[in-house]
Amino acid sequence: MIGFSILVRRDLRLAFRGGTDAMMGVIFFVLAAILFPFGVGPDAAVLPRIGGGIIWVVALLAALLSLERMFAADHEDGSLDLLYLSPVSLGQLALAKAFAHWLTSGVLLLIASPVLALLYNLPSAAFLPLVATMALGTPTLSLVGAIGAALTLGARRGGVLLALLLLPLYIPVLIFGAGAIDGAIAGRDITPQLMVLGGFLLAALALAPWATAAALRQAIE
Amino acid sequence: MQGLTTHKLGCIRGERAVFAGLDLALKPGRAMLLSGPNGSGKSSLLRVLAGLLVPAAGRIDWEGIDIAQDRDGHRARVAYIGHADPLKPSLTAAENLAFWAKLYGFDPDIEPALFQFSIESLADIPVRYLSAGQRRRVTLARLALGQNSQAGPALWLLDEPATGLDPGAVSMLANTILAHLSNEGVAIISTHGGRLDELLDASAERFDMGGFVT
Repeated sequence: MIGFSILVRRDLRLAFRGGTDAMMGVIFFVLAAILFPFGVGPDAAVLPRIGGGIIWVVALLAALLSLERMFAADHEDGSLDLLYLSPVSLGQLALAKAFAHWLTSGVLLLIASPVLALLYNLPSAAFLPLVATMALGTPTLSLVGAIGAALTLGARRGGVLLALLLLPLYIPVLIFGAGAIDGAIAGRDITPQLMVLGGFLLAALALAPWATAAALRQAIE
Repeated sequence: MQGLTTHKLGCIRGERAVFAGLDLALKPGRAMLLSGPNGSGKSSLLRVLAGLLVPAAGRIDWEGIDIAQDRDGHRARVAYIGHADPLKPSLTAAENLAFWAKLYGFDPDIEPALFQFSIESLADIPVRYLSAGQRRRVTLARLALGQNSQAGPALWLLDEPATGLDPGAVSMLANTILAHLSNEGVAIISTHGGRLDELLDASAERFDMGGFVT
């Protein structure tokens, strides 16, 4: 576990030194969500109805933006070889990288999402469900994203490939995340959706580091 | 058999055999200088010996035990220096070294390693602003980190370590390697001749990879 915290702290430090790079995802998140009302018109009846879904779709795309670089820099400068040779296992490395990615993208999306909910005039009953689904869903995006980031290492046009690979895998999270917000607005019990999102997170936590480690091993070869 | 031995080692890269039937033997306290034209498989051999690549044929023994039986043990005894400098441009030289020291469980005091490669004045400068030769020195200072720690790596695999170094830095590198050898360490170094070869001449075997081009 010591290795895990060393790796997370290093990635956070790199993210802070990178300055605006870390903020790029959340700025994209806010800007893209602001675009939709211009496209569909400022109808006070339409926006609250589509708001939850739009916030979730844009969150998926924002998380995708920073995923490509998750392992790429370490792969290019030879750090990945040394990380492999270190006492830290590749599974731990994958978990640490996904956790650091979540701290620098998912958490920021989580903080920004209530602001977007205000912009979309979502009823107050939807605020807590929105934050809850984001809290359960965004770590899953980072964990599953790590598999894609490791698989596309060294590929030409890796970013496009990454999107093609990951977006279909993100659909279940999207369905249950947006579904919970719709349910909350309609006054239904959203416990089932939250349970499913929690289940996705636990499954990703157990399986994704293992799959990512196998993909990284291929990239080192 | 003490030290490192390989038996009929073979490596395939992209459906092409890079080398095959390679038998090496190296006793503790000795270095091996690998020479050979570009593409003769020096880097591939070093990566296979480090455990980064899986050999297509043959096996590698350390102290008579196949490394495939003891992967974790082998990783702990390898210090690998590749072509690239695994340094983060936005971190200072000291922060980069401290990260690797912590991750590998080396002595956290990096000062002696900085002095060994005469980069103590660069410690607080972000690596982004360092020249290629200065970066190389920071990369090589990692060897000194392991050397100054208890139970540091015994097998050094250096892929053209002197690239971009000035003569003074090559001497520092040679002294570091000689100190490692006098400590019963083993080093395998790929070179294209030059000053490092001359300085290590008395303690090194030579192996020409050119004969293994297939």
